[in-house]
Amino acid sequence: MRYNERELLSLARQPAEKAAEIRMSVPKKGSVLKKRLVKLVVNFLFYFRTDEAEPIGALLLEHCRITKEEENVFSISFIEEPERKYCFECASEQQCQEWVEALKRASYEFLRRSLIFYRNEIQKMTGKDPLEQYGISEETRFQLGTHQQ
Amino acid sequence: MKLNERSLAFYATCDSPADNSGFLYKRGERYTAYHRRWFVLKGNMLFYFEERESREPVGVIVLEGCNVELCESAEDFAFAIRFGGTKSRTYVLAAESQAAMESWVKSLSRASFDYMRLVVRELERQLEEMRRGLARGCGGSRESPSSWKPKPSGLARSPEQLPALPAVLPKENGCAVWDNVVGAEQRADSSGCGGHGEEGSPQPPPLPPRRRVSDGEAVAQSPSTFCRLHELYSRDVAQLRQHWLQKQRGPQP
Repeated sequence: MRYNERELLSLARQPAEKAAEIRMSVPKKGSVLKKRLVKLVVNFLFYFRTDEAEPIGALLLEHCRITKEEENVFSISFIEEPERKYCFECASEQQCQEWVEALKRASYEFLRRSLIFYRNEIQKMTGKDPLEQYGISEETRFQLGTHQQ
Repeated sequence: MKLNERSLAFYATCDSPADNSGFLYKRGERYTAYHRRWFVLKGNMLFYFEERESREPVGVIVLEGCNVELCESAEDFAFAIRFGGTKSRTYVLAAESQAAMESWVKSLSRASFDYMRLVVRELERQLEEMRRGLARGCGGSRESPSSWKPKPSGLARSPEQLPALPAVLPKENGCAVWDNVVGAEQRADSSGCGGHGEEGSPQPPPLPPRRRVSDGEAVAQSPSTFCRLHELYSRDVAQLRQHWLQKQRGPQP
């Protein structure tokens, strides 16, 4: 699949929501945990060799499942292939929990659901649609009906 | 750089609703001919397929940090997705009608995660302000002045049951620039969705000045003291209420 690699690389260089050195393994036969710099930027998780400026890879965090595994470990898998897991071994249980929380909220879809929720709440409290002032009330992406899963 | 392509393809083709879809002409990379492709916009990802029925996208354009603008082209209804930075590619697309072009420009210019986050943050802030307003006890403004009673500051009271937020959005940490506000705001404005700072939602009235209990004044020791207090408070409230009502009416034409 073609993609705009240059822009994605540029995204990888931006300030991260969260970044840390974490041991990680990919879902490939014989894969072992290796220390990587893992960086969350918008809904992408980039992973780098610790001394390199360009990421080895990127995971788009949509339709994925973040699972707390054993102590200090969490995994990312995608709903169409739940057995293929990217595993992450953190330095501590706390770090592990923080990443799990952050990654669960990292998707565009989560953001959308939050927006719809807040919009609804404000509308209930004030009787007004808060998106009207931005002129975006009619946008498909903000509609309650279309995006319930 | 590896990408989780299989998951991307799944995301593109699964039945989660698209934010926009339709045929667009895409100009080739080296100023070659336009190719008609089926485009599907989901979130900040613009996928394109060879055919509408194709099982897998030919490619995807990640829509972060881009501007969407109309452009000069021999082709009618053309617009461009332009990225910053040197050597960045500009994607030139053309719709099949004016309406389609406008619809695409609108949906693409607001497709970024950054933009979405900006809007969510703003709504979150508004909601928080409203809750604080409730907690300060501005419910009293609805009652007539004579029945108003002084209430303690919001901190001491438990506000009415407020709806629970979904798991709260990530906290700002030391290395996060959550807002990326400068860039994001500029982009948002340039695509024409201004209109910030309108006096739309009503502000709760300000808290009346508190009487200090230590003055001894608040202790109703006799009917006359109580009446005096009652008078004082009701005058305050009547004034504040007037002021607040005037402000409410103010911005309206």
